[in-house]
Amino acid sequence: MEEIKTDSLKEKDEVSEDMQLLNDVTKNEYKWGFITDIESDTAPKGLNEEIVRFISMKKEEPEWMTEWRLKAFRHWQKMEEPEWPNVTYPKIDFQDIIYYSAPKRKPQLESLDEVDPELLKTFEKLGIPLEEQKILSGVAVDAVFDSVSVATTFKETLKEKGVIFSSVSDALKEHPELVKKYLGSVVPYTDNYYAALNAAVFSDGSFVYIPKGVRCPMELSTYFRINNEETGQFERTLIIAEDNSYVSYLEGCTAPIRDTNQLHAAVVELVILENAEIKYSTVQNWYPGNSEGKGGIYNFVTKRAACRGNHSKVSWTQVETGSAVTWKYPSCILQGDYSVGEFYSVAVTNNYQQADTGSKMIHLGKNTSSTIISKGISAGKSNNSYRGLVKVGKKADNARNFTQCDSMLMGEKCGAHTFPYIEIENNTARVEHEATTSKVGEDQIFYLNQRGISSEDAVNMIVNGFCKEVFNNLPMEFAVEAQKLLAISLESSVG
Amino acid sequence: MGNDLLNVIELSDFNLPTMKNEDWKYTNVAPILKNNYVLGTSLGYENYLSLPLNDYFFKDFDYYKVVFINGIFVNELSDLTGLESGIIVDSLTNFQKNNSEILANHLNKYSAIDNGFNELNNTLSTNGLVVFVPKGKVVDKPIQILYLNGDSNENVLSVPKNLIIAEENSQATIIANYHGIKGKEYLTNIVTEVYAGKNSIVDFYKIQLEEENSYHVEKVQAYQEANSLFNHYNFTFGGSITRNDINTCLNDENIESHFYGLYLAHKEQHVDNHTFVDHAKPNCMSNELYKGILDGKSRGVFNGKIMVRRDAQKTNAYQSNKAVLLSKNAIIDTKPQLEIFADDVKCSHGAAVGQLDENSEFYIKSRGIPKDIAKSMLIRAFAADVIEKIKIDELREQINHLVFEHLNRVEVKNN
Repeated sequence: MEEIKTDSLKEKDEVSEDMQLLNDVTKNEYKWGFITDIESDTAPKGLNEEIVRFISMKKEEPEWMTEWRLKAFRHWQKMEEPEWPNVTYPKIDFQDIIYYSAPKRKPQLESLDEVDPELLKTFEKLGIPLEEQKILSGVAVDAVFDSVSVATTFKETLKEKGVIFSSVSDALKEHPELVKKYLGSVVPYTDNYYAALNAAVFSDGSFVYIPKGVRCPMELSTYFRINNEETGQFERTLIIAEDNSYVSYLEGCTAPIRDTNQLHAAVVELVILENAEIKYSTVQNWYPGNSEGKGGIYNFVTKRAACRGNHSKVSWTQVETGSAVTWKYPSCILQGDYSVGEFYSVAVTNNYQQADTGSKMIHLGKNTSSTIISKGISAGKSNNSYRGLVKVGKKADNARNFTQCDSMLMGEKCGAHTFPYIEIENNTARVEHEATTSKVGEDQIFYLNQRGISSEDAVNMIVNGFCKEVFNNLPMEFAVEAQKLLAISLESSVG
Repeated sequence: MGNDLLNVIELSDFNLPTMKNEDWKYTNVAPILKNNYVLGTSLGYENYLSLPLNDYFFKDFDYYKVVFINGIFVNELSDLTGLESGIIVDSLTNFQKNNSEILANHLNKYSAIDNGFNELNNTLSTNGLVVFVPKGKVVDKPIQILYLNGDSNENVLSVPKNLIIAEENSQATIIANYHGIKGKEYLTNIVTEVYAGKNSIVDFYKIQLEEENSYHVEKVQAYQEANSLFNHYNFTFGGSITRNDINTCLNDENIESHFYGLYLAHKEQHVDNHTFVDHAKPNCMSNELYKGILDGKSRGVFNGKIMVRRDAQKTNAYQSNKAVLLSKNAIIDTKPQLEIFADDVKCSHGAAVGQLDENSEFYIKSRGIPKDIAKSMLIRAFAADVIEKIKIDELREQINHLVFEHLNRVEVKNN
């Protein structure tokens, strides 16, 4: 901390102590940046039907899958890049992206010893020592390095319960009927521009299937990692929870520092059947660009859950601190009667980061309920937008929604915006929406100061309190990580 | 009057907004485009003189009386006796003749052309109302304007352009009262600009009681100087499609703005209220309260935007929008929007949609009060927050009455 403080205060002539602290925040370099040197099996730059076929062939996919990709690609060509979000970024040249790169692959790995040591080192730097996790934490890790899954642990334990947790490409080989039935059923390739692109070129992702009546014995976790320079990563996650099942899924990301912007257009599909529950938690800490706003990841994600069965439940929890441009709206389609959708989010933007994020709750079944808690924190010159939709359909009797979106501004050059859409077509609906915007009060800091707490800690306490409702919904390991992340992102900020 | 003298307007000549436009996402103006319209100013007002025009006015309090028929200022029906010298209430055309300099300083200075309707008004309007209150003057009575629109034989288009100028330290209360003539479908398309000078106070009441086969589109654009206070009260009862844009720009310090709105709709009425409060400078305060009561197959739209610009530190901006759906088929789309670029601000917005509370109704009924009155009491309670903000007692009572009349329910009076 101390060393950062000293070199960061030169730009303003008259900076209050508060402002100084604030500047420190903006100056914190991304702590987890490094590039691993592994030879990649890479497709040439650009995108055309050949590339789509190449990806499909590389992954040894069945014929119908190739066709599906091609359909998506043809549809994508007809679509236009959307411009409605409250973000600005240079146009993406889709022909300048490498759509496939896989780490050199040995025949199927049995144990971690066979994994490329370089790769393992990367994970260790990230604090994800596979071996340790295997022994200690009981978390099965499907580690996605660039585009291909290289190691999957705990498959055996899960197998006993009948849980399938693998990469989508493996699932395509082993359970093609399941993939065929559900892939694209929640987010069709026609859904939006980036969903179409993802459908055409997705490289890999996670596939989870929880059979009837099974409560997944451990939290499933996938660590994403963008590694190969100029590789857009197109992940596709598909989780199916059969009747009376439960799974908690964790997704966490970090990426190395570099200068060219990278596109990440993932699609996450969740299918929840009767009485089942999926808890999906994300900590997103991709490279946000440096303090001048150069570099950083474009994170354009389509996440959607379909609560198809009665009494089904989905819960999205996300902590977003990274990416130069974030654009995502985890959504819940509440089709089943008495189904429940939840969305808890903390989005922190700093420097030149831009985030346009929120949630959609589509109430279709009777007696459905949903909750949206969104906390946005903007600092530096960033812009943080909440955009959400609550829709209650004609037949959704007694639907209930509560939405709260609070923003906190730190510094005078950032922006906080809310764009909530509320569309109600049923008079038995009860929908409430609240939004507030505030800053960390001088009086609050003063109060904590006079209790002997430094301004530094005071801000941390206040911000943590501001986000508490969301952190409480994170699984334990993630809650710890999230608080650390927040502390790093806002190491010494005062508004 | 021969048809050859009538000025027929084809709306397709104007680029009217479609639902693809984000600001018109929930409002389909296609039904308006079905007709060709005769420009009201070419129609004349002689046929209307025999109508009991006085019945249209809100009564039991003193006011200056102004009558517009299909967008034409009717001098002989207006009554401005007793108006203090210096204060001008006149038609736009007359004002232009006598005070062209003042007009040039204000007309079209505040309202930009945002869409096809504004353009329509801008292109076709030749008349409207000007209220000019010079420095230090106070208009002692409210100015009540009756806008009577429509015709039994023609589809009429009225395009009045109004301008309210309240100079430094002045005060004025305006009641704009819209009524219609039973007959053919008609379109009223108004642009009103309000200039609230330093330390001025402007109260603007709008009560829209147009015929239910009519279309009503108004844009109010206020521009406020330091320490000014602008209150806008917006009551919508009539109209098949109604669209209000109420905007204010707080362009100096210590300004206050209040927007109050109550909209009622039944059958297949469509009411769309858009508000925009633009905080450009520090230390200002704005407050907004909109409530909707929707019955039948009606649809309500509310879009409230608060912008707090970089400079506007210490802004307090509040907004609340609530709607109650009385029937199974009513629809509400609401979008409260905050755009904040300054950190030291207190802003909040709230939106709630629901139906009348069953428990409350049960409680009232259990006290021996019949069901219909119980419901009316709850409606009364819901609407009261807005109605009670009306500063003129008699007007408040009459609007309360209108609420029940329009919902076709037993009236519960103010105690």
